[in-house]
Amino acid sequence: MIAWSLLVPLIGGLGILAFGRWPNVREAVTLLTAGALFACVASLYPEVAAGGRPALELFEILPGLALAFEVEPLGMLFALIASFLWIITSVYSIGYMRGNKEINQTRFYFFFAVSLASAIGIAFAANMFTLFIFYEALTLATYPLVAHAGTDKAKKGARTYLGILLTTSIAFQLVAIIWTWQLTGTLDFTDGGILGGAASDGVLMVLLALYMFGIGKAALMPFHRWLPAAMVAPTPVSALLHAVAVVKAGVFTVLKVVVYLFGIETLTAGELAVWLQYVAAFTLVTASLVALTRDNLKARLAYSTVSQLAYVVLGAALANAAGIIGGSMHMAMHAFGKITLFFCAGAIYVAAKKTEISDMDGIGRRMPFTLFAFFIGALSVIGLPPLGGSWSKWYLMLGAMESGALVLVAALAVSTLLNIAYLMPLVVRGFLLPAKDGYSGGVKEAPLAMVVPLCVTAFGCVALFVAPDALYELVRGILK
Amino acid sequence: MTELVLQHLPALLVVLPLLAAPLLILIPNARLAWFITLVVSWVCLGVSVLLLQQVLAEGVVSYAMGGWAPPWGIEYRLDALNAFVLLIVAGMSALIMPYALRSVPSEVEPGKVHLFYAAWLLALAGLLGITVTGDAFNVFVFFEISAIASYTLIAMGRDRRALFASYQYLVMGTIGTTFLLIGIGFLYIMTGTLNMADLAERIPEVADTRTIRAAFAFILIGTCLKLALFPLHLWLPNAYAYAPSVVTAFLAATATKVAVYILIRFVATVFGVDFVFGELPLTWVLLPLAVAGMLSPSVVAIFQDDAKRLLAYSSVAQIGYMILGLSFASVTGLTATLLHLFNHALMKGALFLALGCVVYRIGTATVSKMDGLGKQMPWTMAAFVLGGLSLIGVPLTVGFISKWYLILGALEKGWMSVVVLIVLASLLAVIYIWRVVEHAYFRPVPAGREVSEAPLSLLIPTWVLVGANFWFGIQTTLTVGVASRAANMLMGTGG
Repeated sequence: MIAWSLLVPLIGGLGILAFGRWPNVREAVTLLTAGALFACVASLYPEVAAGGRPALELFEILPGLALAFEVEPLGMLFALIASFLWIITSVYSIGYMRGNKEINQTRFYFFFAVSLASAIGIAFAANMFTLFIFYEALTLATYPLVAHAGTDKAKKGARTYLGILLTTSIAFQLVAIIWTWQLTGTLDFTDGGILGGAASDGVLMVLLALYMFGIGKAALMPFHRWLPAAMVAPTPVSALLHAVAVVKAGVFTVLKVVVYLFGIETLTAGELAVWLQYVAAFTLVTASLVALTRDNLKARLAYSTVSQLAYVVLGAALANAAGIIGGSMHMAMHAFGKITLFFCAGAIYVAAKKTEISDMDGIGRRMPFTLFAFFIGALSVIGLPPLGGSWSKWYLMLGAMESGALVLVAALAVSTLLNIAYLMPLVVRGFLLPAKDGYSGGVKEAPLAMVVPLCVTAFGCVALFVAPDALYELVRGILK
Repeated sequence: MTELVLQHLPALLVVLPLLAAPLLILIPNARLAWFITLVVSWVCLGVSVLLLQQVLAEGVVSYAMGGWAPPWGIEYRLDALNAFVLLIVAGMSALIMPYALRSVPSEVEPGKVHLFYAAWLLALAGLLGITVTGDAFNVFVFFEISAIASYTLIAMGRDRRALFASYQYLVMGTIGTTFLLIGIGFLYIMTGTLNMADLAERIPEVADTRTIRAAFAFILIGTCLKLALFPLHLWLPNAYAYAPSVVTAFLAATATKVAVYILIRFVATVFGVDFVFGELPLTWVLLPLAVAGMLSPSVVAIFQDDAKRLLAYSSVAQIGYMILGLSFASVTGLTATLLHLFNHALMKGALFLALGCVVYRIGTATVSKMDGLGKQMPWTMAAFVLGGLSLIGVPLTVGFISKWYLILGALEKGWMSVVVLIVLASLLAVIYIWRVVEHAYFRPVPAGREVSEAPLSLLIPTWVLVGANFWFGIQTTLTVGVASRAANMLMGTGG
């Protein structure tokens, strides 16, 4: 099943290319592939939930260094999120791409499928080397998606995107990987970590820094610029970047490195990650502040993502049980919340051709479902009950308190207030203010293929609040 | 009969192309000349494969030319190191030949095609000869044979500037081989022998003399000129840019590699690692040059408008990597050098052949004229992108394997600054490769350019090389096995 999970999206991608001339067939193939992938991934769940670790080794590239896969709880979680949201995103894409009459749609669906294959590869990687391969593959496969429009602006954004992600991964992450290999002779993800005692605390701290800044997809400041730059892409791509695969791959890798390469005991014993807590806290507050200043909705959401990713990194850097659980849960919670927000942004763009928040007064009367879904998603991102986001923020707060650093607790609290300040104005303006352009044409939503997905993900935010047990149990398996 | 042939395999490798070359001059038929060259190239490849197997099974293979026992006669001596290089040289010629069938007539004057192949065979004979011989003077002779043949090959480029490029190469190349000759002469004066194995035994007795040190300096500079180590690389960009496409691909993949091999041979076998790295500060000579060589040509490459020139500068940078590995004076470093010797041949071969397809169709390799080619020549440009990824060092390609060992070598030494510089150089590669990609994929096709995909006889060899970039990036048993074995042998740590 592991092999199938990797192959299905690739086969689907080829099918998309083959049927490129018949849009209906092509999109049926996309949906079918997405469904099949989710089925494959989900079929692994019972075994993993029961504590099993299905594994698959393909071949050795260098002696002792294999391309190998092993499904553990964290990877299971990431794969489930990515494959489930792909189904919804596919439906949404069809509505968006058709509604917007975009060009090169076959190329778009093809690279989307390849991106998903890479994301699954990252999720199931059994060692850092395998993970790195798929990490790079994901960067390369998403590049054509970001540059999709082909305009100068899109090319410039895509260049920043590729530039930062490749630079950080080659300059820092790869060096860190080879260094780890040189120190320990293995790169396998192992419970309790492999680096404990392998080198002095000073060296380990440098190594941790190389990893953390090398994982550019986690968008830790000052390497976050690629994320706002990539918002030139079509909205389904933003959803892919912000919720389904890319940034999730980043924070997932951060968690993997912390838990399975360093081991949380090693980090806490040497206080190696204290600086990282402060970098993460700085990022989450600063990015929230920047988000406040952005009038373009997608840009504001992009900075919001930078901030939310820092929550996960903070959870990892706390290196205690509550922090890791909170960080891992936040991967899921943020995915559902943020994808809803982006779906809404895209729906507003397609139905009303509006991109700036200041132009969106009264939009709620025109697109009530969309704006209500936005409201739900926003509350979840903020972390208020009765929405999923409140659980992860709860555990993160708990972790911060456990560590005793009040500054971190304060940063979390301030950022939550800032979240309200930058997300709520749209809801308020949309529902309460009269439309600036004097629109009074009644309800006119985006195509159904777009509205249904965003309602589904908004519902997901609620469901994750009501029934977080399965998620919690899965995540707890990481710390066994 | 079979046994007889098997006994004389090392000689066959040189004699066959050397004898076939004059034959071609007598047959002024382009097709036939091509066919003979093709057959000879593939036979040479077969022979090299057999020899590599023999070496891996038996260790050293020694062959006495004309039955004169070494050290009096000329000895051909094969070990894991040069058997590996032989494979690169013969393999590249064999792969490029099917491509040459259509590419060469489109770039070389019709009446001269058979002469072109004659020069090709001479160059091949020279390169194989340098590699296979165990005699220092013989190295010089074969260097001259291959060099003179290469001058001819480069001068046959369609652009008139090819003549100037060839002349430039001739001047620099002659200085290089002359220095080599002077160095070898000094060694002969001091030891009375020209056989490398014999030299290695006798040099320690007289090592502490100025003559031996001068000899080493001459040989070092001579080979570095030939292998285009920065700042002795000035002949290379023009030569690669104006030569016919197949010549560029062949020379880029083999000529400089053979020179690197000779440097390693003299450093490790003839003079000995202890002497050059212990008593002489070779690390501190090579390391700064290698680092400067990785970085400055990479920066220059970013600003080239001719893609062939761009890749030529990139080659100079890649040679920097190889010399860097050598300068570590460690098994890992040397393994990295040897791996990159092979891997770089694969990636530059693939890239130059892809550019050859472009030249075949649009008559130029100017980057700004390649707009929209991704649509019109999808297979060619896809090959270029994949070759470029390998050059950058993306995982699952051969470039990654080289980089892995190189960085590992630097980490072993604890030289973090060198690690940083290696990484910096590969990031520069991202920039110059991506410039071409953006032109080809994200710019509209210029109005009025009707171009179709290159013919299959060009595409297949290109894609075979692209495939090899991935095959040897995943299945590294052969390359890493042979390279680390050779490195262990040369560093004297068994193997």
